[in-house]
Amino acid sequence: MLETLFPNGTEQYLLGGLLVGIGIAVPFIFTGLVAGASTVFTSTWSYFLKGSFFHEETFIKTRHWRLALTAGLITGGFAYILTLGGESTFVTTIDTWRLLLGGFIIGIGTRMSGGCASGHGVAGNASLEKTSLVATVTFLFVAVITAQLTSYIF
Amino acid sequence: MKTEIITMFAGGIIFGFGLALSGMAIPEVVLSFLFLEDFGLLLVMAAALLTTLIVFQVLPKILNRPLLGTTFPAHKNAPITKQTIIGAIIFGIGWGISGLCPATSITAIGMGNWPVLYGVIGMFLGALLYGLIRSKKIIG
Repeated sequence: MLETLFPNGTEQYLLGGLLVGIGIAVPFIFTGLVAGASTVFTSTWSYFLKGSFFHEETFIKTRHWRLALTAGLITGGFAYILTLGGESTFVTTIDTWRLLLGGFIIGIGTRMSGGCASGHGVAGNASLEKTSLVATVTFLFVAVITAQLTSYIF
Repeated sequence: MKTEIITMFAGGIIFGFGLALSGMAIPEVVLSFLFLEDFGLLLVMAAALLTTLIVFQVLPKILNRPLLGTTFPAHKNAPITKQTIIGAIIFGIGWGISGLCPATSITAIGMGNWPVLYGVIGMFLGALLYGLIRSKKIIG
């Protein structure tokens, strides 16, 4: 049963997930801030653009630390490659159009929904927000169906 | 401000290291979940959620305020809106097409998985379009 559900074992998933949780908990413990990853895609535009939406208080007040969180994520990925990851850098073979189009759609959807897998899926649910639970179930379900359809068509 | 930046950077490093260790920063591994071949993604989310759930729920009950901050966030109890659900559907479509997610894609750049940069650029452009539409609506 376990081998059918998790053909590659479970350890890396549980340990990795624990670290993700600790990473989100650390800023909360010290500052009370909730680390969601996707808002940076909106808040960063406020440095360059005048549009009223980008200048809403919630983006202006958080735009600096959102970049710090982003820099931390990049550094964490790099630290893994330097340590446990060995020398093997994995380079994805997924088509460029799928990455670009998928990313574009994610940019619209996460901003409209107000969160992604970290903002809604982890932090929002940990805050017991019912809207995050509904969002999480919805995007998981839709993603499974979309991936199956995409592989069927292309 | 300085405290916010330092703790977010430090938290981000642990967060990113965890995503890299879990394999979720590799879109192919995420797709193997979406094809229902390996349910590891659910374990990652469950382990992360359980950890944050305990911290988010217990800490405000034993501390008056964050160690270096002023207040813990209030429970928003935000209503479930059409926007949340439609946005989640749109996000799910993008996730299913690409196997990408905001945090995992940013982490993948640090791991030297360069093609994922296309996805991150896409995310910035998608958020730009959404922000421009919302800006117009507020003005007009």
